[in-house]
Order: sequence, then structure tokens, then C-alpha cells
Amino acid sequence: MAVVAGAAALGARSARSHVITFDGVTKRYADGTVAVNDLHLEIPTGEITVLVGPSGCGKTTSLRMVNRMIDASEGKILLDGVDVQTIDPPTLRRGIGYVIQQAGLFPHRKIVDNVATVPYLLGWDKRKARTRAMELLERVGLDAGLAERYPFQLSGGQQQRVGVARALAADPPVLLMDEPFSAVDPVVRADLQDELIRLQNELNKTIVFVTHDIDEAVKLGDRVAVLRVGGTLAQVDDPETMLARPADDFVREFLGGDRGIRRLSFVPADLPLRGDLTVPIDAEVSEAAGAAASSAVSWLAVVDGEGRPRGWVSTEGLPPAGKVADLRLLPYGTFEVNGGSLRSALDAALLAPSGCAIAVDADGKVAGVATREELARATAKVAADGAAQPAPAEQAAQSEQAVPAEGAGRG
Amino acid sequence: MNWLIEFFTDPANWSGSSGIPVRLLEHLEFSAAALLLSVLIAVPLGLWVGHTGKGALFVVVSANAARALPTLGLLVLIVLLMGVGTTLPVLIPLVALAVPPILVNTYEGIRGVEHDLRDAAYGMGLRGGQVLLRVLVPVALPLILLGVRVAAIQVVATATVAAYVGLGGLGRYIIDGLATKDFPSTIGGAVLVALLALAVQLMFTLLGRMVVSPGVRPAVRERLKAG
Ligand SMILES: Nc1ncnc2c1ncn2[C@@H]1O[C@H](COP(=O)(O)OP(=O)(O)O)[C@@H](O)[C@H]1O
Ligand SMILES: [Mg+2]
Repeated sequence: MAVVAGAAALGARSARSHVITFDGVTKRYADGTVAVNDLHLEIPTGEITVLVGPSGCGKTTSLRMVNRMIDASEGKILLDGVDVQTIDPPTLRRGIGYVIQQAGLFPHRKIVDNVATVPYLLGWDKRKARTRAMELLERVGLDAGLAERYPFQLSGGQQQRVGVARALAADPPVLLMDEPFSAVDPVVRADLQDELIRLQNELNKTIVFVTHDIDEAVKLGDRVAVLRVGGTLAQVDDPETMLARPADDFVREFLGGDRGIRRLSFVPADLPLRGDLTVPIDAEVSEAAGAAASSAVSWLAVVDGEGRPRGWVSTEGLPPAGKVADLRLLPYGTFEVNGGSLRSALDAALLAPSGCAIAVDADGKVAGVATREELARATAKVAADGAAQPAPAEQAAQSEQAVPAEGAGRG
Repeated sequence: MNWLIEFFTDPANWSGSSGIPVRLLEHLEFSAAALLLSVLIAVPLGLWVGHTGKGALFVVVSANAARALPTLGLLVLIVLLMGVGTTLPVLIPLVALAVPPILVNTYEGIRGVEHDLRDAAYGMGLRGGQVLLRVLVPVALPLILLGVRVAAIQVVATATVAAYVGLGGLGRYIIDGLATKDFPSTIGGAVLVALLALAVQLMFTLLGRMVVSPGVRPAVRERLKAG
């Protein structure tokens, strides 16, 4: 047993390597600006820690002190327990991936050579470095055909992917990312965020990610650190806890009025489902009318032969005869019955004139219908849970929450 | 036109110590020596100042001052001080002429490289010298080459002044022609100088194709963007 326990402890220790520790770090610029003030922060291994806060709160400064692009004025930054100040900057930086907002690709080098920058610096054989670069291009979702192009021939989103590939090329355990997706349009940004989450699931890097966008922070962060202007830490928590229990008014305000809605992303859609509110698409209109009457509802979800949703029908003013298939099908939304969030169920309800959300299983087959009454009840319950501890201002903000679900019902 | 034909078809102009081949070679010698010397002075200095930011004011001010120097005046002064006989009196004013455009373009080219790019290069772990040679120079190369080309054309055109102080080169046809009212010679000399300047221009265009990455070559960028 002792041996096993020892091995486990060893495993735990090596798993905890690549920790970054800010130990009372202060940065005072030459002009007297205090950008970071006595920062204590532990960045755990294998997770994405997001530094978020308004512009000028010292996020970039904090990040750049890790790879010594900026040196701290006071305090220490430890990487695996080693003070970064004791490591020669270029050597330190070759072991840490760094991604910046404008990608910063070398315009005179082909994409493949851009990605291979650090391997070349580390003296890898050219063939090996290029092979590695090609692997990484594929990893970040870029076509191999782009390898021989120059940066100016790529779109902003593609360049940003190359930036990520370049940072990963020498397989560094730590990745620093400074607003890497801020300069691309929202659709591309969402793609890049999803891609990062997917990559991180495979790679388990220790990532420090800087953004001013709270939505991005909540989406990407395993942990979120909110900084306030003056460079002090306001709160560090996992996003769910932070949204539920902001430490103070500054954090609450920064999270914004729709904090409650965001929080619903972390609440599973544990909703009672109705099985009697569906009708097969090949049924007679009279059957639909009967079903609606017996359930006392005016909407039914239409399901096709394979069990997939097709839309909603209104059972008011139905023609006397005919097939359901000939009726006008109205838009619908779905959420996954296992693992879907309350937020996704609410979004699904908002898409439908019935105000109800269709639950589907992993194969996309209809599992039942969540009514708008149930959605409103579940949302109100989350709001009440959240309001249990914090201030009254809080409750007012939260009770507004229930409104969208009911509003959708009227639509 | 007739004068030109007269000049270029006269067999005497094609042989001997005052023939076109010899004069052309002399001209090229002064020019090449002056340009080489200027590049050796101005490029390292421009790189250093552009990279470190030290002495930038000095560079700009002295380059502008040097531009204001009258080449011919300088030449006469130097000859008065040093006497004739060597090519040095000719090289000094030509170098003074060629250094400013090379120095300023090199400095501006390096200094003008986007901050993000420099930042990314350091962030990847390149050392100062590697940042300069592997990133800044290749990116600034079109501007640096432009500076050298401007300098080369000025030098080739201005090397005619060598004739004023009794040295050879294509200037002899112009100066001697004017002195003896031999207009075919003057015009022929001027045309030769112009042709030489064109050849220099062409040479630099080819050089640019060889050494500048397509990723930073303005013409390539425009073409590929459009296509
Ligand atoms: N080189 C510098 N010299 C002086 N002040 C600076 C410098 N860089 C940043 N600052 C100041 O430090 C503060 C924090 O900057 P920064 O870390 O870039 O913030 P963020 O990335 O959160 O927007 C700001 O007030 C900024 O103006
Ligand atoms: Mg910043």
C-alpha cells in the first residue's frame, strides 16, 4: 500500500508541474504607473486560466512578466518552483508558447517555416522541424496546401491559427495567449475558441489566456481571474462559482447585467419532459386536434418517421380534414436531454413560437417537450438559489431572468 | 541624332586609352568603389541605429547635412588640399553623396518594422542579433535596397565630375567635348551615362528578385492579392 501511495504522490507531483505562481508581484513602469500591484496568483497545470478585466488593468503586463518580456519590479514569478528571474530570457521563452493579438507572423517566411521557428532555434534538423510544422498545421485545422504560402495570403483567422501552431511547435508545457482572438470577426472568433477548447482537450497545456471579453473568459476558462484597474486581483474562481457569487460590486458589474443568463450555461437542463405533446408527421389532422384537446394545449411538435423533430403546428383553426404533413410547420429549437444546459433549452424555446423546447437524445431523436411553464420554473429556481446569499440588488437583477422564457411564450 | 551616330560610329572612340570601353571601365571603377565603401559604412551603422534606437537624431541630422554638400565644390576643395593623382579625391565626395540615402533608408527600414513583429520575434526566444538578422533585415530589405539603388544611380551620374580634376571616366567625353566644342562627344558621353544609370536600375531590380522574399516584395504582394 505504501508503495502505491508513494507512486500516487509522485504522479500527483509531476501532474502539478508547470504551475505558475505569482508571489506578491508588482510592476511599476519607469513613468511611475503601477500596472500590477502585489499580485498573488497560482495558475494550476493543465488548465486554462483566464485573466480578464477592463482595459489597462494590467493583464498584458502580468502575462508578459511570465516569459520576461517585462521584468517584475517586486515579488517573484515561479515556474515549477523556479524563479523565472534566474533563467536567461531567450531560453525561458523558447520553452513557453506565446500567442499575440495580431499573430505577429514573419511576413518573409512561408507558413511552414513560421510554424517551425522555435524548432529551428532549438537546432532541430530542418526536415524534422518541417514535418512537425505540417503536423501542427493539421492540428489547428489548416489545409496542408497553405504551408507554402506567405502570411499575407492568409485571412486573419487563418493567421491566428498559424500563430497558435507556431506557439505549440516545440511542444511547450505552458502557453501564454494575449487577446489572441480579439482582432477577428465574431463568427471566426467563436470557431477559434471552439478549436482551442478541442485542442486543449487533447493537449492539456497550462494556458494563461488574457481577454477583456467576459463571455470569452467564461467560455474558455477552467478558472477566471478578474483584475481591476490598478492591477489588483478582484476574484479568482471557476466561472460557474464566479457567476453565482461575485466577490464584490466591481466583479458583479464587470460580469454585467446578463450574468444570470450566462450562469444558466452551467446549469444542466433537468426539466420534466412531456411525451404527449408530439404528433407524427403522417398523422391525420383530426388526430392532432384530438391530442391537443386532451392535453389542453394549442401547440404540438411534429415528428417524422425516424423520430426527428420537424417543427411546431398550431392546433388552433385546424382544417377539418387532411394530413399533418400539409399544415404549416413553424420553427423550432432543440436541446440535448443528456448534458444540455438550461441555457440551451431556453435558447431552443426562444426559437419556437410555442415557447417550448424540444428535447432530443444524442442521435437527434425527440425525447419529449419541455414546456414554457417548466422552463420558467427551472429558471426561477436558479435565480432563487443564486439570490440566497448576495445583496438585494442582486435579487432584482436575477428575477428579471425569468422574463425571457415567458416572453418567448407570447411570441 | 547625327551627332550621336557620328560619336558612336567613330572607330577612334572604340579603342585606345580614351576609347569607350576604357572610359566605361574607369567610370565603373570609381562608381563601384565609392558605392562599396558607402554600403560598408552606411548599412552597418543604419542597422545598429535602427535596432538599438541609439544615435537616431545624429543620423538624421548628419545625413541631411551631407545631402546639402555640393559635390563639385567638395571635390575642388579636396583636390586643393590633397592634390591630384590618386582617385581618393573623387571617392570622398561620391561617398558623401551615397551614404545619406543608404543610411537613412536602412535606419528607417529597420525602425519601421511593425512593433508586433519585433515583439513576436523576441517572444519566440530569438536573441537580439537573431531578431535583427533573421527578421528585421529580411523585412526591411526592400527599403534598404531602394536606398542603395538611389545611391548607385546618383554615384554613376555624378562620377562624371572626376573629369574636372583630370581623372578618366565617361565625364571626359562631356567635359572635353564642351571644352573643344565637340558636341557629338558631349552628347555621346551624356547618353552613355544615362544608359549606365538605366543598367544600374535594371541590375537592382534583378537583385531584388533574387534576395527579397516574395512575402515582403511589394509588387508580388499586390499581384497575389489581386489574383
Ligand atoms: N511601457 C509602459 N510604460 C508605462 N506604462 C505602461 C507601459 N505599458 C503599459 N503601461 C500602463 O500600465 C497599465 C496596464 O497596462 P496593460 O498591462 O497593457 O493593461 P491591459 O493589458 O490590461 O489592457 C496601463 O495603465 C498602461 O497604460
Ligand atoms: Mg493588453
